[in-house]
Amino acid sequence: MTVTDEATAGAAPEIGKERRRKEDQRLITGRTRWTDNMVLPGMLHLAMVRSPYAHARITSIDTAEAKAMPNVVTVLTGADLADEQGSLPNAWMATPEQVAPPHPSVAVDTVAFAGEVVAVVVARSAAEARDAADLVDVDYEELPAVLDLKRADAGDVLAHPDLGTNLSAHYVYDSVDDSTGGSVEEAIAEARESGILLEREYRQQRLIPAFMEPRSICVDPTGEQLVVHTSTQVPHFVRVFIALVLGIPESKVRVIAPDVGGGFGGKLQFTPEEVLTVIAARHTGKPCKYTETRSESLMAAHHGRDQWQKLTLAAGKDGTVTGLKVELLANMGAYLGLVTSYIPMLGARMYNGIYKFPAYRFECRNLFTNTTWTDAYRGAGRPEATFAIERIMDELAAEVGVDPLEIRKRNWITHEEFPFDTVAGLTYDSGNYEAATDKATALFGYEELRAEQQRRRDAKDPVQLGIGVSTFTEMCGLAPSRWLGEQGYVGGGWEHAVVRMLPTGKVEVLIGTSPHGQGHETAFSQIVADRLGVPFEDVEVLHGDTQVSARGLDTYGSRSLSVGGMAVLAAADKVVDKAKTLAAHLMEASTEDLQFEAGRFTVRGTEKGMGLGEIAFEVFHGHNVPEHLESTLDADATHDPDDFSYPHGTHLCALEVDTETGGIKLRKYVSVDDVGTIVNPLIVSGQLHGGIVQGLAQALWEEAVHDESGTLVSASFVDYLVPTAADTISFENEHTVTPATTNQLGVKGVGEAGTIASTPAVVNAVVDALRPFGVNDVRMPCTPERVYKAIHARDGAGTGGAPTVGAAGPHFDQSDTADRSAGADSTDRPGDDNGSSL
Amino acid sequence: MIPAQFEYVAPTTLEDALQALADAGDDAKIIAGGQSLLPVLRMRLNAPDVVIDLGRIESLRGVRDDGDAIVVGAMTRHADVLTDPLVRENAFVITKAVEVLADPQVRHRGTFGGALAHADPAGDLGAPALALDAEFVVAGPRGTRTVAAEDFFVDLFTTALEENEILTEVRIPKRAGWGAHYEKFVRVAHQWPIVAVAAAVKVDGGTIREARVGLTNMGSTPLRARAVEQALVGQPATDEAVRAAAASAAEGTDPPSDLNGDADYRRHLATVLTRRAVLAAAGA
Repeated sequence: MTVTDEATAGAAPEIGKERRRKEDQRLITGRTRWTDNMVLPGMLHLAMVRSPYAHARITSIDTAEAKAMPNVVTVLTGADLADEQGSLPNAWMATPEQVAPPHPSVAVDTVAFAGEVVAVVVARSAAEARDAADLVDVDYEELPAVLDLKRADAGDVLAHPDLGTNLSAHYVYDSVDDSTGGSVEEAIAEARESGILLEREYRQQRLIPAFMEPRSICVDPTGEQLVVHTSTQVPHFVRVFIALVLGIPESKVRVIAPDVGGGFGGKLQFTPEEVLTVIAARHTGKPCKYTETRSESLMAAHHGRDQWQKLTLAAGKDGTVTGLKVELLANMGAYLGLVTSYIPMLGARMYNGIYKFPAYRFECRNLFTNTTWTDAYRGAGRPEATFAIERIMDELAAEVGVDPLEIRKRNWITHEEFPFDTVAGLTYDSGNYEAATDKATALFGYEELRAEQQRRRDAKDPVQLGIGVSTFTEMCGLAPSRWLGEQGYVGGGWEHAVVRMLPTGKVEVLIGTSPHGQGHETAFSQIVADRLGVPFEDVEVLHGDTQVSARGLDTYGSRSLSVGGMAVLAAADKVVDKAKTLAAHLMEASTEDLQFEAGRFTVRGTEKGMGLGEIAFEVFHGHNVPEHLESTLDADATHDPDDFSYPHGTHLCALEVDTETGGIKLRKYVSVDDVGTIVNPLIVSGQLHGGIVQGLAQALWEEAVHDESGTLVSASFVDYLVPTAADTISFENEHTVTPATTNQLGVKGVGEAGTIASTPAVVNAVVDALRPFGVNDVRMPCTPERVYKAIHARDGAGTGGAPTVGAAGPHFDQSDTADRSAGADSTDRPGDDNGSSL
Repeated sequence: MIPAQFEYVAPTTLEDALQALADAGDDAKIIAGGQSLLPVLRMRLNAPDVVIDLGRIESLRGVRDDGDAIVVGAMTRHADVLTDPLVRENAFVITKAVEVLADPQVRHRGTFGGALAHADPAGDLGAPALALDAEFVVAGPRGTRTVAAEDFFVDLFTTALEENEILTEVRIPKRAGWGAHYEKFVRVAHQWPIVAVAAAVKVDGGTIREARVGLTNMGSTPLRARAVEQALVGQPATDEAVRAAAASAAEGTDPPSDLNGDADYRRHLATVLTRRAVLAAAGA
């Protein structure tokens, strides 16, 4: 009955193998079933009626004509559902004093952003629901809308007049208060006297996660449990919140996230559409389905980024940093979603980057506007922080007159200094910035490209070369739970897994993380195969169904491997422990004499041995299991890490700027990432490629733009420019491996690293190309128009371009709100968020 | 997204299509490859009662030689135009434009006539058709008429086609031996051009004898850069001479301002892209 066959016995370890992903066959052949593929008997379809206004009072809603349409079952409005819909949750308060309006799933008397749901049509077909939705007659009285972030801070127009303010929270972190460093104001005063003081303001434009599969929900209320299929990253959260918000016993709710087509944080949410589909199913007693259109997805699914970042960096004349002050304005949009309010604060500990700042202060003003609410988007807080620090370190290099790499070397934490307590109160456990940078520069041909750049500058070549550097770190795997509690988060940071031995020797692994493209089935199979000594193919990883993997905290923040993987590891180890006790009994040996290798227990000095599969079968029939032991090998484990993991790396980008058009062409991109131990190099490579492109997209292409009335202009992929493979180049991705000391496998997160690192590398390259033209910033996305105008701002050839002063800009503390970034010129379109700077 | 309901008609002859169009009155839309119409219907920006599909009318497909001109059937797919030897030999600038038109999926569904009749000023085919003095053959209830390219494009999404007419084919005078280039400026590959320039030149012994330059997305219709054309004649195909001629590329244009750039920036781009297009066409 040996099922642990010889295939893996003695074979090379699975960890480190370039395994092709198990899940891809069903995914890329279209054989899987997405939520929108669900068809249930008697199923009804929903269509949403959404507000075209950014801010308005609903004076009346007439649903009679819609209700009279053929096959329309019901039309629900805010008035109908006011008492039962509850308020959507905000799970992470920025401060205990935080204020926020109630967050209804369907607006009751006012709408606060264009795209907010005002009525729900339920019909027998999706087409009939859509047709009837067009006939719901809503009268609005338009109210003044505040769209611009700086305007919101001025507070003269309120997004929610009842709240009396646009300021949701004012968060402060100061190294003096935390006893992690000195006074920033002192450092600034000293730099102003006798050092270098840099003051810069950067714009993090609003982005849209733009996952491949639009969100879809299918709810079946006909059984004992309400079964909710939803295209989400967080099925366990959704189950809890359905119970809490709608008052349905949690035990009567089963949530299933089947295969999910991407999320990027955009599906880390408990959505109005989920609530409304559940309500519709309960009202009608029939299965109900809602699938958003791409336009709805772009307009109403949460957005990301959208901040103004003011940085004041103090340094000595040689470029040794002495202090960093960060002042943020963060756009919440109209409501607080699941973690909306804390997203900027996830960057609060990261603005110091890999550098040894002795003094640090971070402040953030969370502001409401009449726009789609913002929330997690790949990196969530850390890309903003990394962008700002990596940009301003380049400015410091320019000010000191040294290479951007040199200024970093003068300030970064050296590998001998780990573990390192940072000025932002974190302990970086491990890393080697020198090694990653050396490897990256060699691979890149850094000196040669610098020489080419000089040649092009000397020759006044219309095509200039820019070289951008990003030496980043980030924090992955939010934990431990105790720390999260101290920060005001209502959830935890642990993860759970179950390992079950089936009678035939196959293995089932239940995970609490919820993959939506990451390849957990493959990576976790590799870990378990090594741990149990069973073939990779014999491990089945189950996830995404709260009735199968009952406990879990789902997938986001690059946590699945470093937190979830450790739970899997611990559960597998418990299985081996149990099996060992049984093996000793069955082979009449002492456990001390047993050794476990390649899935087999052997008794030292004898020929006796038993495979794990044989023991599993013994447990199945239970004939020989002693009375004091349970007849099972199955085990579960909950892992709560001691700390984050801190991946780091050096990304280098070379690009060509066509100074005649402002057009940008990528030339070379090298990354050397240290993500600790690599379980599957193919998956890591995929994460980095996709991540880098997503970061490039922020630097060069993507921006969510609203017009003056608050309508999203970039409301389709015609205007919201998501790049394709045709727009990028092949990247060279290499690694250094400095294992994390905070988990047993030594792994660090990789899901967001590429995105966090690449944006500043690209913008630094653009600015580097343009420095001879007196340019020290270009606003993202660096469109050809913005680049062209930045180049020609001084010679008058740029049409309407403002000069890019700023190096010598006035001090922020002189109530300076000038926007000195290129691209912040008078030719920006209405609604392009430069508001009070004009 | 789900379009509003419409009646769908798929005639197999041109006569039946014209009849269907006449029967439907003013609430009909013709669908060719559907690459522009379907998004419009799905976003409910238009809700016609009847959609008439020309896809089953074989006579509207293909490219043929007609003496001093080549004739491209209105329903010929971009992918077929791209590989057609007659087009390549006699109207090379069309080949160059189709090469960069949208993406492979669109090129295999979209049609030559459909794109031109849609008359999007940012469409890639208008400027080359205009530059080559193409003639548009139009069938209607009273027979067939021919419209010069100059007269075909009337305004934004508006052509000389009457509501009861169908574009059947496009005649393009042969220009064998001319050099051609289509210089398209985009931020991402699948985007409509921010500005593009179609150039076709006849070069003899290093001198430009004749030149045709069309502009994409520089006004409410495709435009001819006549001042540039005239300035190029008799000039050597050198950077200096072409640069001087191209400086007037934006004369008389009225480009749009949008997220990709304002009108002034587009005027500037037109001069740079014109120079590059002409130089590439001249093989310089």
